[in-house]
Amino acid sequence: MEALETFRQETREWLEANCPPSIRTPMPDDESPWGGRNPKWKNPESKLWMDRMASRGWTAPTWPKAYGGGGLTKEENLVLMQELRRINARPALMSFGIWMLGPALLQYANEEQKLEHLPKIVRGEIRWCQGYSEPGAGSDLAGLQTKCEDKGDHYLVNGQKIWTSYANYADWIFCLVRTDTSKKHEGISFLLIDMANGGVETRPITMISGASPFCETFLTDVKVPKGNLVGELNKGWTIAKALLQHEREMISGMGLGNASAGSSFASLEQAAKDYVGEVDGKIASAGLREHLTRQRMDGKAFALTMQRSMEEAKAGHGPGAASSIFKYYGTELNKRRYELLLEIAGTQALGWEGDSFTAEELSIPRAWLRSKGNSIEGGTTEVQLNVVAKRVLGLPIE
Amino acid sequence: MALVLTEEQTMLRDTAAQFFKERAPVANFRKLRDTNDATGFDKSVWKEMADLGFAGVMIGEEHGGTGFGPVGLGLVLEQAGRTLAASPLVSTVLVGATAVELGGNALQRNDILPKVAAGETVLALALEEGAHHNPYKIGTTAEDHSGTYRLNGRKTFVLDGHVADRFIVVARTGGHDTDRHGLTLFIVDAGTPGLKVTRTKMVDSRNAAIVEFENVSVPSDNVLGSVGAGADILDPVLDLGRIGLAAEMLGLVSQVFEETVTYLKERKQFGKPIGSFQALAHRAAEMFAEIELCRSVVLDALSAAAERRNDVAQMASLAKARLSDVARLVTNEGLQMHGGMGMTDQFDVGLFMKRARVAAATFGDANFHRDRFATLAGY
Ligand SMILES: Cc1cc2nc3c(=O)[nH]c(=O)nc-3n(C[C@H](O)[C@H](O)[C@H](O)COP(=O)(O)OP(=O)(O)OC[C@H]3O[C@@H](n4cnc5c(N)ncnc54)[C@H](O)[C@@H]3O)c2cc1C
Ligand SMILES: Cc1cc2nc3c(=O)[nH]c(=O)nc-3n(C[C@H](O)[C@H](O)[C@H](O)COP(=O)(O)OP(=O)(O)OC[C@H]3O[C@@H](n4cnc5c(N)ncnc54)[C@H](O)[C@@H]3O)c2cc1C
Repeated sequence: MEALETFRQETREWLEANCPPSIRTPMPDDESPWGGRNPKWKNPESKLWMDRMASRGWTAPTWPKAYGGGGLTKEENLVLMQELRRINARPALMSFGIWMLGPALLQYANEEQKLEHLPKIVRGEIRWCQGYSEPGAGSDLAGLQTKCEDKGDHYLVNGQKIWTSYANYADWIFCLVRTDTSKKHEGISFLLIDMANGGVETRPITMISGASPFCETFLTDVKVPKGNLVGELNKGWTIAKALLQHEREMISGMGLGNASAGSSFASLEQAAKDYVGEVDGKIASAGLREHLTRQRMDGKAFALTMQRSMEEAKAGHGPGAASSIFKYYGTELNKRRYELLLEIAGTQALGWEGDSFTAEELSIPRAWLRSKGNSIEGGTTEVQLNVVAKRVLGLPIE
Repeated sequence: MALVLTEEQTMLRDTAAQFFKERAPVANFRKLRDTNDATGFDKSVWKEMADLGFAGVMIGEEHGGTGFGPVGLGLVLEQAGRTLAASPLVSTVLVGATAVELGGNALQRNDILPKVAAGETVLALALEEGAHHNPYKIGTTAEDHSGTYRLNGRKTFVLDGHVADRFIVVARTGGHDTDRHGLTLFIVDAGTPGLKVTRTKMVDSRNAAIVEFENVSVPSDNVLGSVGAGADILDPVLDLGRIGLAAEMLGLVSQVFEETVTYLKERKQFGKPIGSFQALAHRAAEMFAEIELCRSVVLDALSAAAERRNDVAQMASLAKARLSDVARLVTNEGLQMHGGMGMTDQFDVGLFMKRARVAAATFGDANFHRDRFATLAGY
C-alpha cells in the first residue's frame, strides 16, 4: 500500500514535469498520435510526449521491461491511468500494436520475434494494421482464403483483405492466411508482413462519416521470410482468437462513455439543459430527461460490471462469465450515447459544415456515424450474442 | 469492497440458499396460497429463520442480532426470492427493525429489537395512502393533545399488516400536502382502540392490509425519532427497503432465467430443442447481459448502504428501477418461451411474474425511481 502511494507521488511529479501543456487539452482528431515510419506530427508536443512516455515504457505500461515496456503491476498501472486522467492527459500513443498485436506476441511469439517487434511498438516506430477480414470472410472469419504457400526459404502470399483499418498509413500488417485448404480452422496461420517489401497495395474506402479510415488491401506475390510466422504452422486460429479478445476488450471500453465527440461537454445532462432549457432545475423535456436517465443508469451498471469482473479476476475467480457481454453491451451503449447527443443538440448536431456550428457540434454527426461501426468491427453484436448463447448458456445453436 | 463476496458472506449465502430450497420451496408457497392460510407465511419456518440468525441480520449483537448488516440481508433476500419464500423478512427485518435501529431510543430498542431477532414480533410500516408510492404525501394526521397524540387517517398496502404486532405509522404533525418536514413516525400496538385492520390479498398471494385510524390515542413515548423530522429516518429506511427488494428481485430473476434456459434445452419442436432457434437464443443472451448488470448494481447498492456512502439514495433508485424493469422483462420472456405451459398455474413462472409486479410497485416503481435519480443528480 505504502509503496503504491510512493509510486503515485513519483508518477504525479514526473507527469507534472513532463506532460506538455497542450497535451492536457482535448485532442482534435488530426492530432491523434499514431507514430510509425512516416508519422504526422501536427503538434510537435505530441511527439515529445510520446517519446518521453516511451522512454519509461509507459506507452505499454504493463509489458515487461525486457521488451521496452514499463514493467508495472496491474495496481501500478491503475495508479498511472488515474494520474493521467487527473491531468486530462491525451494518449501518448495510439496503436494496434499495443492494443492488439503486442499482447498476442507476448503470449505466442518466440524470443527473437518479441525482441524484434515489441520495443518498436512501444516507441511508436512501427505502425501495425490488422489483416483479418476478407470479402468472403467477415463474421465467418475462419472461411478466409488468402493463400500462403511454402516456397522453401520463404512464404508466398496472394489474396485480398478488406476493412483493414488505417492500412494506408501502416508499416506492417499482421495477417491471417490459409496454409491448408483441406481444413477450416486448422488450416490458418498467423503471419507478420512488412508492407514496404513490395506486393502490398492499399485502396482507401470512404465511410458514411466521410472519413476513409479503412482500406481494401491486395496482396500479390508477397514474399515473406519464414521467421515471420508466429506460433506453429496451421495453429494460427488460437492466436487469432486471443487477439480478438484483446480487440473486443478495447472496443468495450467505449461503453464507459469517454469517447471523443461530445466529451468537451461537462455532461450530457448539462448539455441537455443548455440546448433544451430547464424548468426548476430539471431538463425541460421530460422525454429526453427520461432517456438520459436510462442511459446514465445503464452506463453506471455497465461500469460496475466491468469493475466487478476485474475484482473477480483479481480474487482468482478468472474473468467470469460477465466479460462475454462487454463487447456487445459496451458498443450498444456507445451507439445510444450518440443518438442521445443528436437528440440533445437538435439541428445543431446535424450540421455538416459552416460557421453556424461550433467545432464540437460538427464533430457530433461524424462521431455518431462512426459509432455505427462499433457493433460491427471486432465481431458483430449478433456474433457476440451467439457466443454468449452457446458458450455461456450452453444453448444448442448451430 | 466490494463487488466480490467475502468468505463469510459466501457462507451465509450458501446457508440461505440451502435453507430456502429445503425448508421453503415454491411448493410451500403454493400450499399457503391454496389453503388460504390465515397467517400468509409459515410460522415454524419463520422461527427457524430466526434461529439461523436471518431475523437479526440488521440488529446488533447487544440486542440478540447477528449484525451482518445490509450485505448479509441482501444475500438472504436474494435466496428467498429464488423460492418465493413468504416471510416477514421485508416488513419486519428490512424495514421495521431498520427503522427502530435508526430512530429508536434505548427503551424502544431494548423493547423491540430482541423480539424481532427472536422471530417473536412482526412489524409493519403503515406508509402508503394511494395507488402510487409517494412517501411525503401523507394525509394521516396526528394531533398533540397534551402528551398524547390522536391519529386519524387511512393507510393502504401495509405489508404483513394483518398479522403485525406493531405498526410504524407515518403521520403528519406539521407542514402540509407533500412537505417533507412535519412527518412523524409512531409505534402503534396492534390492539390499540380505534385501529381497524383489514386483510387484503394481492396478486402475488401475499398480504397487504388496509389500516384505518379513528382517533387512535398514542402516547408521546411512542414517537420514533423526533417530532416533525420523521423523514430523516424514513428516507434511509425506504432506501434500504428498495435495495433489499432489488436483492429479492435479483434472486427471482435469476431463478426464472435459469429455469427458462433449461426449458429451452429440453423442449423440442421442429425436431430440435427450441433453444437452437436464434430468435430465442439471442433474447436469452440479452437477458443474461441485463442480469449480469443487475447483479453488479445490487452488490454495489448493498455495500453503499453497509458503508453509509453518500450515494446510497442514488444507488437505491438505480437498483430499484433496473431490477423492476429487468424483472418485468425476464418474467414476460420466461413465460413466452414456455409457450402454452407458461400460461398454466401449474408452472412456476406465473407465480414469479406476479411477485415481480408487486415487488416492483413496492417503495416506488421504475418510473418513480428514474425521476428521483435524475432529481438527486441535479437534472
Ligand atoms: C469501422 C470498421 C473497422 C474495421 N477494421 C478492421 C480491421 O482493421 N481489420 C479487419 O480485419 N477487419 C476490420 N473490420 C471488419 C469487421 O471485422 C467485419 O466487418 C465484421 O467481422 C463483420 O463482417 P462483415 O462486414 O463481412 O459482415 P457479415 O459477416 O456479412 O455480416 C452481415 C450481417 O449478418 C449478421 N450475421 C452474420 N453471421 C451471423 C450469424 N451466424 N448469426 C446471426 N447474424 C449473423 C451480422 O451480424 C451482420 O449484421 C472493420 C469493420 C468496421 C466496420
Ligand atoms: C390461452 C390459450 C388458449 C389456447 N387454445 C387452444 C385451442 O383452443 N386449441 C388448440 O389446439 N390449441 C390451443 N392453444 C395452444 C396454442 O396454440 C399453443 O400453445 C401454441 O401453438 C404454442 O405451442 P406450445 O405451447 O407447444 O409452445 P412451443 O411450440 O413449445 O413454443 C415454446 C416457445 O418456443 C418458441 N418457438 C417454437 N418454435 C420456434 C421456432 N421455430 N423459432 C422460434 N421460436 C420458436 C415459441 O414461440 C414459444 O415462445 C391455446 C394456448 C393458450 C395459451
